[in-house]
Formats: sequence, structure tokens, C-alpha cells
Amino acid sequence: MSGGTFVGMPSFPKAAHEAVHNQTLRGNLRHATHTIRAKRANAVAEVSDWAELREAGKQIKDHTLRHLDRYLVQLEESVTAAGGTVHWAADADEANRIVTYLVKATGESEVVKVKSMATQEIGLNEALEAEGINAYETDLAELIVQLGKDRPSHILVPAIHRNRGEIRDIFAREMSEWGRPAPEGLTDTPAELAEAARLHLREKFLRAKVGVSGANFMVAETGTLVVVESEGNGRMCLTLPETLISVVGIEKIVPTWQDLEVFLQTLPRSSTAERMNPYTSTWTGTTDEDGPQTFHLVLIDNGRTDTLADEVGRQALRCIRCSACLNVCPVYERAGGHAYGSVYPGPIGAILSPQLRGTQSEIDASLPYASSLCGACYDVCPVAIDIPEVLVHLRERVVEGGVVTRDGAKVVLKPAKGHAAERAAMRAARWAFGRPGALRTGQRFASRTRRFHPRTLPGPGKAWSETRALPTVPAEPFRDWWQRTHGGKDASK
Amino acid sequence: MRVALFLTCVNDTLYPDTGRAVVKLLTRLGVDVDFPMAQTCCGQAHYNTGYRHQAEPMARHFSDVFGGYEAIVTPSGSCGAMVRELYPRMGERARAEGRGDTLAATLAPVVPKTYELTEFLVDVLGVTDVGAYYPHTVTYHPTCHGLRSLGLGDRPRRLLQSVKGLELKELPGADECCGFGGTFAVKNSDVSAAMGADKVRNAESTGADVLCAADNSCLMHIGGTMTRLRTDMRPVHIAEILASTEEEPLV
Ligand code: SF4
Repeated sequence: MSGGTFVGMPSFPKAAHEAVHNQTLRGNLRHATHTIRAKRANAVAEVSDWAELREAGKQIKDHTLRHLDRYLVQLEESVTAAGGTVHWAADADEANRIVTYLVKATGESEVVKVKSMATQEIGLNEALEAEGINAYETDLAELIVQLGKDRPSHILVPAIHRNRGEIRDIFAREMSEWGRPAPEGLTDTPAELAEAARLHLREKFLRAKVGVSGANFMVAETGTLVVVESEGNGRMCLTLPETLISVVGIEKIVPTWQDLEVFLQTLPRSSTAERMNPYTSTWTGTTDEDGPQTFHLVLIDNGRTDTLADEVGRQALRCIRCSACLNVCPVYERAGGHAYGSVYPGPIGAILSPQLRGTQSEIDASLPYASSLCGACYDVCPVAIDIPEVLVHLRERVVEGGVVTRDGAKVVLKPAKGHAAERAAMRAARWAFGRPGALRTGQRFASRTRRFHPRTLPGPGKAWSETRALPTVPAEPFRDWWQRTHGGKDASK
Repeated sequence: MRVALFLTCVNDTLYPDTGRAVVKLLTRLGVDVDFPMAQTCCGQAHYNTGYRHQAEPMARHFSDVFGGYEAIVTPSGSCGAMVRELYPRMGERARAEGRGDTLAATLAPVVPKTYELTEFLVDVLGVTDVGAYYPHTVTYHPTCHGLRSLGLGDRPRRLLQSVKGLELKELPGADECCGFGGTFAVKNSDVSAAMGADKVRNAESTGADVLCAADNSCLMHIGGTMTRLRTDMRPVHIAEILASTEEEPLV
């Protein structure tokens, strides 16, 4: 039961085109993001030291990233000492191979999963399926996406693009294929939908011998992993199976338990607008006769150390996946999550994906432009990632190329194709702006020919003039008026 | 006090009325205004589209032209933010690229002296009532760079509230972006147009006759959307409202 992948996506503007004109989707998104946005603002306003918490979160993450090599070694030692086994995966393929091998070694052909961005990033479900292993998502929204053979479109609420009626139809149609069917006469009331999911999932929890999870944090000093969730499904997956395999990005480390204090305040308030999330589960290696008796931690790089090598872009690795930036983003709200071509949509996706995957593909080269640079994402980010700054930095990489790190080696990128006309226009503009005289001649020419100006533009400007009227060029630019009226004063310049 | 008017390339070429309004307003308030004719563009479009290296000579030119003045006033939140927020960053990046402190040192003098118009009025001149008269209902859209990069806060609204005859209507979703974003409007035209349309609908719901902002590029986008959606509202730059008086009203 594959969730569908993002391979070979068209550029962002093309992918967004449909979503913009899909009124149901836009209605669903608008309603959901505006509701959570308002709640989050209240939850944050309650905390008097929010600015300090934000700064502390930023500093803890920066410190950890700066000494990541040291903390990773410490983490491996503490996990091993607690009875777990650590595996290192350089990329998605390696991570998938490791997890597949570990599951097969148990002799099982199904696993239950806690919602995890890392396993989605590497396409683990598809990789397991190819080896005859069924991976069941147990988070409600993730279940909806999986049963609907759909793709997630939001970090926290993967099925945000679906409304209740659509969810009912998916449950009624698909549940029986994979286990306990939906009750007869299921309606679209939230309580009935939740109960149908609960019964369907319970059967899976009690049967599964292997659980797969991600983690929100890993504490280096004790080797403890932490999952923060709302539904309790995570706790079931973490405690009931005999074997637990956690797949986590290397940037999720914090040095000490004390550091959690900051994030366990900022994460729930930023993501679900709650003072505290309902379930915080922590696990450290294995314990005799309690919980999973075998524990594996698969640490994935998959572009992270390359990202770390970029001094402007590395701040994206501070992200704690709260999704606050998605909920305030006006572009996300209109384009929908699928247009971003990745499990990381919205503003964070626009800077993370082109760094983790490189800017070669059509979608990755277009993501840095999927923003009006309004700055709302930076304002809400609980670890103060300056997303607009990174977007502009990545635009530079697209149009000018430059030196980047790929797979640990420095490579020189050529400018992306398709920007030749823009580059020429930018050069011409810079030439004119370097010469006030030339600028003035151009302005005068525009003023004199104003009666002949078209009401629609050719080329790349066409899209603009189709939806917005162009301004008319005035009879006299300001500088000519100034010279005429204040002439002598500054004529020398 | 002698200040330099940095009008921005967009205002100079397409919105000279805004420039004339700033001159009229500041002169009325006793400020000696100069317009250095050698000025061109701050380089924001280049910088934000990824052409940082091409924006550098433009920033140096800006510093050459304006460096000698006591204060630089601009009727644009986003161009003001370019100088104040992004010039220092350009200097830092040049340093990080091993090119030394030259760029940072060249740009440093203009950074603290550059004020967006409403900031200059409230913070430097210390006025909120500029003696304006404008008998219309107005709703105010705080543009993103003015709101978040410069932190203009309630300065523009305080100035508008003191205008005689003006009735201010609160704009729902005021702090949401109008969808202009420079080259964003061209590169992601569908999303940009959808954002613009929502902004116009929100503005219409206030029943105001005028939508006011402190940035002509956003007003160009919003105004163009209004024309296409056939609304009766007009986009007007805040400088033109503040310059309007009973003797010489803005029509
Ligand atoms: S970038 Fe910031 S706001 Fe966005 S998901 Fe990550 S932590 Fe949250």
C-alpha cells in the first residue's frame, strides 16, 4: 500500500497552478491554517519569555550542529551502552537497505509505524513494499493519506487537504482491503471517523511484532529518544512490538535532558497550539521484560552534512518540524502542500529540499522562488530560522551557480538553465542604474511613447498582465519635474 | 535640517506624484529637501532574485550618492529595508567570501541614516499630526517589509488617524502579504494573483474608498488587481494623503 512518491515533479509554479484553481482544496486549507494560526498566536502570547525561549532553542541547536561529530559519537556510545544497536546510513538507499534487512531478520512481513518525516523522506514504505513487507501508518492523518493512496501535504496534518466527507469515503472504501473494515453506515462526524480508525488500528497494534518510528529529539548524554504526539498511537508502536527500529536524521540531537526543557515548551505551542502535547514518550535502549527487547537506531545523513557545510543554509537544520511556518505562509495556503514536491512542504520545504537534494531537478530549482519573501515564516519560527535569507541565498545558487558541497566533496555548480533572459535583463538594468543619464533617457523615452504602450505584456510579463492591469507611465518622470522646478540647486550631479 | 530624498526607481519612473507629495509634505514641515540627481536604484530586485553580486555596485553607488547627507528619507518600506537590513548583510557576505571589509565599510555610513517616510516623521521630526486634510474612508495595508523588516508598527496608522476628515477602517487580514514580492509576481503569477485578489476582497469588505500603503510597488499590484476585479476602490500612497491639505487637497 504505497503512499505515492514525489519523483519527477514539475516546477513549483506548474504544480501550484491546479491547486490555486481548486476551490475545495483552497477552502480546506484556508480554514485549517487560519484556525491553527490564531490558536498558535494565543498559545505563544501566554508565555512571557517566548523571545528568550526562541533564542535559547536557536543557540542549543547551533551549538549542537557545530559539534555534531562529537555529539553523534557520544550518542552512539550511550545507545550501545543501553542495549541498542546503532546503524549509519549515508543516503536513502542505504537506510532503506538497513531497515529492510532488520525487518527480514525478524521473519515478519508487516510493521506498524509512528508518523515519521525521516522515513517518508527516504521512501521507506515503498522500499519495504518492494520486499514484500507491509508498513502500516498508525497516525490518523497518515492513515488517511495511506489508505487514500495519496501523498502528505503538511508536516503535522498530512491530510490537511482532505475534508470530512472525503475521509469518510476513503475509510468506507479502503479499510477492508487492509484489515478490519469500516463500520456499516459510517458518517462523517469526527467521533465516528476516529472510532473507525481506532478499531482498525487496534487490530494492527496487537498483532505487530515490529515497530518503526522516527524521533523528535535524541539526547546524546543518555542515548534517549523522544517522540512527541497527540493520539497515543506512537506510544503503542513504541511499547507493544518485540523489535523497535527508529530512523532519525542526524541533526535531531540535543546534548542533555535539560535542553529538552526548551523544546518541550516551544514545539507544542508552535505546532498544535497546545501548552503541552498529550503524549511525550521517551525510550532508552532496552529494558528486561518491558517494551521491545531489540532496539535499532538508524541514523540518516541523506544530504545533511552537505547542508551543514553551507554557512548560510545550515540554519535549516535547526528545524524542529513544528509546521508553524506552513500555517502562516500565504503561498502554502494557495498552492497546497503537494506543489512543493517533497514531504517537507511550505517555507521550510522550500529551503530544505533544494539543500538535501541539490538544485538540479526542475522542482528543486524552482522552490527557492516559491515565496514572496513576506517574512511571516521567520517571525513564527520557534528556532528563528531566517527562511527568507536562505531563500535568497539559494536563488543565488540557482542563477549564478557557485561552489557547493555534494556527498562531502566541493563541486562547482553551473547556473541553472532557463535563466539566460532574466540574467541579461538584470545585467541591462544594472548597467542603466549605474548610469543616471542612461536611466533618464530610458524614462523619457517611456514617457514620450506612453500612448503606444500595450495593455498586456509579452514574454514572462504576460502572466502578470493577464490578471492585473499595468500602471500607466506618467507624462514626466520625477527627476525631470525636479530639474524643471528645483533646477539650479542640484543640476551639477 | 537638510535631508536627501531617495525616491526609488519605481516611484521616479512610474509614480512621480508620490515624490512631489513627499517634497510638499516635508517642505511644509520645515525640512530642506534635496533630490540628488545621480540616484538610481538600491539594488533590491537584483539582490532578492539572487543576483547579489550585481546588486553590490548599485549599493556602492547608493552610498556614493547619499553618504554625505544627515538623513535619507524614502517613501518605500521595502527599499528602506533593503538599505537598513540587507546592506549590512551584503557587507558580511563579502567578508565571508574573503573580500575583506571594503564593502561593509563603504555601505556602513548610509545604513543608520536611512528612514522610511513615516518613521522619519514620527521618530525624527516627532510629529503625528502633519496638518493634513483628506475627507475619505481609508483602510491601511501594512506592507510586509515595512511591517516585519523595519517594524513600522502603528506609526503609519497614528499619522492617518490624525488626518482631518479621514475615517480609518481596519483591514481584515492586514498583515497578510498582498502577493507582489517583486519577481514573485511574474514567476509565480497564479499564486500571486490569488493573494492579490484575496487582499482586494478583504479591503472591499471594509467599505472604504481608498486603500493606503507606504509602498508603491505593492500598490501597483493591488491597484492592478482592483482594476481587473472592477472595484471602485483606489490605491493611494500614504505620502499623498499626508501631503493633502484643505488649501491644496488631493483629488
Ligand atoms: S522552519 Fe521553523 S516554523 Fe517551520 S517547521 Fe521548522 S521549526 Fe517550525
